[in-house]
Amino acid sequence: MSAGGHLDRRQVVAELLKDRGDLVVVTGLGSPSYDVMAAGDHDLNYYLWAAMGSAAMVGLGIATAQPERPVLVVTGDGEQLMGFGALATIAVRRPRNLAIVVLDNGHFGETGMQPSHAGQGIELAKVAAVCGFPVAETVVEASGIATLRQRIHARAGLSFATVKIAADNPPRALPPRDGVQVKNRFRAALGFPTA
Amino acid sequence: MTIPETATAVAPWRDEVFAVLKGAGVKHVAYVPDAGHATAIRLAEADPDINAVVLTTEEEGIGYLAGAWLGGERGALLMQSSGVGNCINTLALPAVARLPLLMVVTMRGDWAEFNNWQNPMGQATEAALRLMGVMTWRADRPEDVGPLLRGAATMAFEGDAACAVLLGQRLIGEKEWVK
Repeated sequence: MSAGGHLDRRQVVAELLKDRGDLVVVTGLGSPSYDVMAAGDHDLNYYLWAAMGSAAMVGLGIATAQPERPVLVVTGDGEQLMGFGALATIAVRRPRNLAIVVLDNGHFGETGMQPSHAGQGIELAKVAAVCGFPVAETVVEASGIATLRQRIHARAGLSFATVKIAADNPPRALPPRDGVQVKNRFRAALGFPTA
Repeated sequence: MTIPETATAVAPWRDEVFAVLKGAGVKHVAYVPDAGHATAIRLAEADPDINAVVLTTEEEGIGYLAGAWLGGERGALLMQSSGVGNCINTLALPAVARLPLLMVVTMRGDWAEFNNWQNPMGQATEAALRLMGVMTWRADRPEDVGPLLRGAATMAFEGDAACAVLLGQRLIGEKEWVK
């Protein structure tokens, strides 16, 4: 049984997003959105504040429409558990420019730290591997983050990573909640009309 | 000889659904299969310019099409009326972000339904969509399918709105339970 890990979620995300170039980032609702916001707001971030379970599918849609861009989904174990079936859908599509990173603290951190399925033995990376993700790994040490970052930017194949993080709640860094404005600035950054 | 009241497998509206989607510039067709969508799904899967995405549950398609639109491309979501129930919470995403969403929903529990377990969701489908801010149109006659879907596509993509066309069970035809 493994309930999260010891890595600092803010440090993990900050390192993954360092020198991000043309990287597109989709965040699952709750703490992963705060982690990405804390690393620096960006026009090519799309933060979900609802639609729990949808982050990976939003990533799949962007990755399919923008095949030359690396797309990273940063979400939590609880959010991905609600989108369990999406792992099958994404594995069948297999875009080479999509990476899913699940920050796994083994808990529903936003709602009072109730233990999640991931904290009670369900290893999401194993689920992704069984679904057919060509790369599916669990990162428990900080030394694994640099390799993970390189893979995200390489666009060399669909990948999934669970990063075992400590079950704590750093101070919230709230991303913008105006869904229309965030949509419009995202599309504008890609050169699309916004009205 | 009497003309059958129900539609048959060669009814032109079945080809028209995909033709209208193509004409509207759709590049992505996400779906959970239903017999009423079989022709559109087959045409989408066979078209090299279309990303045909089979889903495990309908709400996956809302996230997917939101992403496709963020990435500059249009799509449509095909499902049976039972799937509308699976979508309810996720419909917050197109509502809050004012994203275009074009849904084509084949009805069950609507008319001449043999399986009464379909009736509760079928009877609630249109009202549930409207409660979540989706505009709806119903096609019960073959000649209405094309115009209603074209109009819904215009209002979805030109107005950044969630729009659903419901294909009635009277249009699709009675399901044969004994073969």
